[in-house]
Amino acid sequence: MNRASRGTTAIVGAATFGIGEAPGFTSPDLAARAAVAALDQAGLTLAQVDGLFIAFPNDFLSGLSFAEYLGIQPKLTNNNRTGGSAFLTHLAAAARALEAGEIDVALIAYGSNQRTGAGGLLSAANPNIYELPYKPRLPVSAYALAASRHMHQFGTTRDHLFSVAKSAHDWAVLNPEAFRRKALNRDDYFASRMVSDPLSVLDCCLVTDGAAAVVLVRKDRAKDCKGAASYVLGWGEATDHYQIAQMPDLTTSAAKHSGARAYAQAGVAPSDVDIVQLYDAFTINTIMFLEDLGFCKKGEGGDFVASGAIGPGGSLPVNTNGGGLACVHPGMYGLFTIVEAHRQLTGAAGARQVSGAEIAVAHGNGGFLSSQVTAILGGSSTA
Amino acid sequence: MTLSNDIHPDQEFLAFLAEGKFKIQRSRSSGAFFFYPRVLEPGTGKTDLEWIEASGLGTVYATTVVRERPPKSNYNVVIIALDEGPHMLSRVEGLQPEEVTIGLRVKAEIIPFDDKHAVIFRAQEHAVAEKGGQQ
Repeated sequence: MNRASRGTTAIVGAATFGIGEAPGFTSPDLAARAAVAALDQAGLTLAQVDGLFIAFPNDFLSGLSFAEYLGIQPKLTNNNRTGGSAFLTHLAAAARALEAGEIDVALIAYGSNQRTGAGGLLSAANPNIYELPYKPRLPVSAYALAASRHMHQFGTTRDHLFSVAKSAHDWAVLNPEAFRRKALNRDDYFASRMVSDPLSVLDCCLVTDGAAAVVLVRKDRAKDCKGAASYVLGWGEATDHYQIAQMPDLTTSAAKHSGARAYAQAGVAPSDVDIVQLYDAFTINTIMFLEDLGFCKKGEGGDFVASGAIGPGGSLPVNTNGGGLACVHPGMYGLFTIVEAHRQLTGAAGARQVSGAEIAVAHGNGGFLSSQVTAILGGSSTA
Repeated sequence: MTLSNDIHPDQEFLAFLAEGKFKIQRSRSSGAFFFYPRVLEPGTGKTDLEWIEASGLGTVYATTVVRERPPKSNYNVVIIALDEGPHMLSRVEGLQPEEVTIGLRVKAEIIPFDDKHAVIFRAQEHAVAEKGGQQ
């Protein structure tokens, strides 16, 4: 019996394009293909989009450039940039603008060719004079520092981190879209090259190409749309630092606050949640966010993931597409959490479908554990 | 409007380092230290700031070893909790990068960096030994 609120806005299309390697495409090309695919699902057209939400990796005016590329003149563009969580802030802003009647059709899109086009991870982060002399390998060293502290304080181990990576790969095997569709062997994990202790290459997300797009309308209009809908029940945002050395407590992220705000708005508790899609840029993220979002106590995330709870057949399926670790990570992953949540809630997840999934958490992380944004989405029972 | 009395945080921090002094800021009224340098106390906006020479003492709060491909050497990156309270990113020198552990007591040292200076740390017993036992 869930107490979920009835959301006023609905996701009526969610699509991906070019996951893995998509040579020859620019980032806007990829995002545009995802956008039209998501609109097709909804039975809507580009011309109907009057709210555009977008953040390309290194185009700081992408609200303008992508509207032009699509050939639309939206009433509202939003290019909020909080790192990889940006797209969850876009979801919140789109829901507010739809609710207010300011716009009727919102398109959130993202694309990047950073594997085949840019040849490596693109980052908008600028080191300053208080970081430069020490050459942290950002972003990984920032997350490694957080992991070192979690291990020190709570006895979290690399075995626990391995459980996160293994689960992501187990899900990826079930997802034809995933870039790395191969089970992860324990020996291979422990033999993998260290990048910034305690994180090895297999603790780090992929660098792939890929695009995603999501289309939202007010709920009353969702029934006129072609595809199945999921519903935006609540959201919460929080940020407590930018540089990793300024993070108040390296073992607890602001997801504690973003999650609490989202649960309150949605009228659900962690125990009501069927599936979780969270931004696993590094294995430690999954452990920290599961704690901060209330799925286990602080410090117990390692044992929780090692129990098998988050993998296929587990009690709390997490990152059912394979996540940033094994499915797709084109620089910013946030929008893919929404796409996968929608697919699960509408029964469109194929071999990895979690039966009866009705309440999903989609959680984005940005910067260096800096920005945390949580959304609660619901299936048809919350319509 | 006069700017002559205003604090120019980065410039002044680096100028102190050039004089061999590691200074951090605090608000005169709140007495609370903060780092990195700013024109106001974070959170309160207080501008009654003063520079105080830090004790240079601190504790390793978090640590990582950045792995390089040979022939480059691995190095360590830490967050130091200064005894005055603030945290800062830095490096511990004088130990193998893997030997730097959370809880290690350290002391600051100013080193040249590019054409400026930076603050690194050494394990306290090492720092003492290298200075002939003076503290």
